[in-house]
Parts: sequence; C-alpha cells; structure tokens
Amino acid sequence: MTTTTPNVADTDAPSTGTGAPGRVRRRLGGSAASIAALVIAMLWTVPTAGLFISSFRPAEQIRTTGWWTFFSAPEVTLANYQDVLFGSDEQLVSYFVNSLVITLPSTVFVLGVAALAAYALAWIDFRGRDWLFLGIFALQIVPLQMSLVPLLRFFSQGVSLGGVQVLPAWELTGAMAFTNVWVAHTVFGLPLGIFLLHNFVSQLPPSLFEAARVDGAGHGKIFTRIVLPLSAPALVSLGIFQFLWVWNDLLVALIFTGGDSATAPLTVRLAEMAGTRGEDWHRLTAGAFVSMIVPLAVFFLLQRYFVRGLLAGSVKG
Amino acid sequence: MEYSFLYELPKIVWMLIGIAAFLAVIGLMLVLMDTPRTRRDRWQALLFLAPALVLLLGGLVYPVVRTTVLSFHDGSGEVFVGLANYVWMFQRPEILLVLRNTLLWVLFAPALATAIGLLYAVLIDRSRFESVAKSLVFMPMAISFVGASIIWRFVFAYRPAGQQQYGLFNQIVVWLGGEPQLWLLNQPLNTFLLILVLIWVQAGFAMVVLSAAIKAIPSEMTEAARIDGAGAWQLFSRITLPSVWPTVLVVLITITVQTLKVFDIVRTMTAGNYGTSVIANEMYSQAFQQGQTGQGSALAVFLFVLVIPLVVVQIRRNRKAKELA
Repeated sequence: MTTTTPNVADTDAPSTGTGAPGRVRRRLGGSAASIAALVIAMLWTVPTAGLFISSFRPAEQIRTTGWWTFFSAPEVTLANYQDVLFGSDEQLVSYFVNSLVITLPSTVFVLGVAALAAYALAWIDFRGRDWLFLGIFALQIVPLQMSLVPLLRFFSQGVSLGGVQVLPAWELTGAMAFTNVWVAHTVFGLPLGIFLLHNFVSQLPPSLFEAARVDGAGHGKIFTRIVLPLSAPALVSLGIFQFLWVWNDLLVALIFTGGDSATAPLTVRLAEMAGTRGEDWHRLTAGAFVSMIVPLAVFFLLQRYFVRGLLAGSVKG
Repeated sequence: MEYSFLYELPKIVWMLIGIAAFLAVIGLMLVLMDTPRTRRDRWQALLFLAPALVLLLGGLVYPVVRTTVLSFHDGSGEVFVGLANYVWMFQRPEILLVLRNTLLWVLFAPALATAIGLLYAVLIDRSRFESVAKSLVFMPMAISFVGASIIWRFVFAYRPAGQQQYGLFNQIVVWLGGEPQLWLLNQPLNTFLLILVLIWVQAGFAMVVLSAAIKAIPSEMTEAARIDGAGAWQLFSRITLPSVWPTVLVVLITITVQTLKVFDIVRTMTAGNYGTSVIANEMYSQAFQQGQTGQGSALAVFLFVLVIPLVVVQIRRNRKAKELA
C-alpha cells in the first residue's frame, strides 16, 4: 500500500512534475516536518533509553553521575539485575513467576469462556439472544472500581442471604490463593472479549455451518472443528491484549493478591519499591526492565496482531 | 538467604492444574453436548453461555448494584446514611482538589495525546522510516503504567544544587543556568507532569489508529488537491483533518475514558500525595486503605456516572461506522 519516497517525513510526497517554487516550498516544509518528527521520536525514546542504559551501569555511578555521561566512559555490569532478581532484598524472580502464574490462566480463561459465549450468541438460535448480547455489550462501560469492594468481600466473606451463609468464603492459602486474582481478571476481561470474538465469529460464512449441520455435527463439534480454527486470528489478537492487560495491571493485583512475594506480581512490587526505595535507582532501573521484557517481546514479535486488535477496538473500558 | 527455585514450584503446579481443569471441564461439556439426547438449541445455548453468565452476573452485575447500595451507607456498610457520602465528596476541600485534578487530566491528556499522535502520524506518513518511526512512539503502549512511571520518575529525579544531577530534567535546567527542583512536590505543576506520563503512553495509540485512517483517504483526493496547488498546510486542514475527524473523536473519547480511570500512574509517581490524587486513586485509598467503604463506593459511582455518557457516544459512533461500512 505505502509507496516509499526519497524525502523522509514529507507530508506531500511529490509525484508529478512541479514548478521550482513549489519544490522549494516543499523542501522547506519537508525539513521542518523531519525535524518535528525527529523531536517527537526523541522525546518518546530518550527517557526509556536513559533508564535502560542506567540499568547496566554500576550502582555507584548511577548514584553520582547522569546516564548521559555513560558514553564518555562506558562501564557495563549485570550486577543490578543479579541483585534485583536474586538478591535477598528484592528477589524479583519470585514476582516474575507470580506475574506469569497470574497472567497465563487469566488469558486462557477469558479466551475459552468468551469463545463459547460468542459462538452461542452468534450461531445458536434462542429467544432473547439479541437482548442478552446487548446486555453483555453494555457491561463494557462498567469501570472496575464499581466491582472491587463487593468482589473482594465475596472472596473473603462468601455470600450470605439474610444471615444464612449461602456460599462460604474462599479461604485459599499458599499457591491456591492465585485463584482469586484469576477469577477477577477473567471477569474484567470478558465483556470486551465476548464483544470482539462475537464480531469475528458472526462474520464467518453461514454456508459452513449449514454444511456441518447437514453432515450431522452438533454444536460441540461445530465449535471445536470449525469455529475455533477459523477464529485463530481473533483469538490471537484478544490473547495478546488480555495478556498485556493482566501483565501490566496494578489495581486488580493490589486488591486481589496478598502483596508479598507469595502471590503479588511485578507491578505491585515495583510500585512499592518506587514508594519506599525511590532513590535506589540501580534496583529500580533493572527492576523496571525485568517487568518490561515480556510485554516488549510480545509487542515486537506480534506487533501486527497488536495493531490489528487495536483497530478492531481492543481498548479496555 | 540463597534463592531456591523450589519456592516457585507450587505456584507453577497450581497454575498448570488450573489451566488443565478449565480445559477439561470445557472439553467434557462440548463432548457431552453432542450426545443425541441434548439436541435442544435452547439448552445448548445456555450451556455455552453458562460460564460467562455466572462470571458476569457474580462479578459485575451484582457488584454494581451492591456498590451503589454501599455508597448510601457508612464505612462499615451497615448504617444507612442517605446522601451523606455524596455531600462529603463535594464539600471536603481535599476531595474537591481530587475532582479538580481529575478535571485537569481530562482537559489536557486526551487532547494533547491525540494532537501529538495526529501530528506525528501525518509527519511520518509515507516516509522511508515509517514503520521504525511508528514502533518508537508506539512502544510505550506495551509497557505498564508502572514501568512508564518509573521511567519518568527517573527523568524528574532530584539532587540538591551543587551535586551532580542524574535526572535528565534537572540536568537540563542546570545546563540552562537554573536551580534543580523537586518537580513532583511542586503543586500544581506536579499534576501536569503526571499528565505528561499518560500523554507519553497514549500518543502511540492515537498515532496508530489515526495513521490507519490517514491511509484510508482516497489518493485521488490528495492528488487532485495537489494538482490544484494546495500546500502542505492546506492539504492537512482541507483534506486530511476533515477526512479523519470521526476517527479523531473516537480516539479522544477512548483516551478520555482511560484518563478518568487513571490510577497506576498516580499511585507509582506520588501515591496521590502532594495534591496529585485523582478519583480512582482516592477511591482505592478510601475503600481499601482507610476502610471507608461508603465514601469509596460513592467515588466509584461518581466515576461510573462520568464514564457512561462517553461510552454511549462511543457505541453510537461504532454502530454508525458499522452501518456505513
């Protein structure tokens, strides 16, 4: 689609012969545009680069000189990462594992539950289907703040109706305590997940379903043999988004995990470090990159799906 | 203490059990569904929808009702207090400051992020380095708000005058002959510095979506304008901007909703201290740190009310776009 032209960042790429005045004006506009684009690109990358460079500098140097002096006397060490990952103060490796243990199930659960629901809403006929879809759709507007207090009480106190305990509290301990945060993330990811997958699944050609039904396939078979394989691109897009939301989330984790190395993810620990050890930059710089490495890898490897998802409306409400 | 990976083992085992159990239940359900006895569409639809409905009713619908009810109760959730929590919200000076801050966020973050995103998208459109240039500005979208906040805290870091600065911002100030400052303590400037972080994250989103809209403008239109002698500015104001305007609105609204709910940035940058708190942060602090469930719930309800009109407009626009497409 995009044609490449030699003049960088020129908004009006010349195509036909233009007079000399036009060319001059365009060249001026072109270089101003290039400079403006360069300034924005710098502002958007230099802060990250500064943190990145610092994370490899010796702690003593981070404390006493700016990272821009690195280029005159480069000195590189992995000590900060060693310290922050395995040192007795932080042991971020535990939080890293927690982030993974929180994120992977929360992603799988949303994909599974949303795919089932999207299929039923798109291809099974039943009364009230449109209303149900509208209702789920409308849930996208609920800020998660509206649900935090009651959901936390549900986990910690169970459900009681008029003094009678209907459901007991979830007194999960140890590793099983992760279940709370899985459920919370799954709930919060579902409205948008169902909406996105429904958009995709409902566009599949009806002839496929008719043919399958004629061959005697039930809904279960149609779902596993036709819908899931054909929806792979949409599932990948949603999967990436859910993965990044959960990995990057702070609020849900603050409330539904214990806050210590037993269950809390990297974001919780880093926010806490920023508060209590705000000047320990050798730890904060390395810690920040430990938390960014996974989302950045996902982002650069799967950028195409990421962009496609964004354009399809994957912004969590 | 020497680190041992054995400590992590139970977590990973529990994760695998969780995923396996989930897949097993769903697989079993799908197999049983196709036995001839249960061929009624109504019941099958219910089975397909059951997990989603249970989660949504229990995790969103009921809590919304419950939070609304709680907002009319005191901190313990037992005593009905009428509108007291809402009166409190609009009378206490510290909460009014929170509301003012949220207003500042909404006024500046969406407009600036969208404007910068649009400008950048136009500038790099069809340039040789377009995809690299896009990745650079888009990259902050992938990292967490917590990570972004740490990046910017480092930029604003402060050392007393006379010492070597390691925060870029203060170093530039010193180079220009100024005094280094504790930027994040400086009210009300600090709120704007926090807003800057959100702009930094969201501009990439605006840029990607608007860039796609710019590419969708028919080339005949721009060609014709160019042949008529339109300059760069005219091309932008007469052709590009009107063509992408509906997308600009969508982006603005989307970022506004995000802005209203901003929490992580405030939490990580200042924890809401020094006059920088916003509604979402105050809600967390009231409900989960101070045990004021009623006041926290009232703040949540207020946030909900602010978001509703925006999302309704958004949905209307989406529908219209679908009908046109």
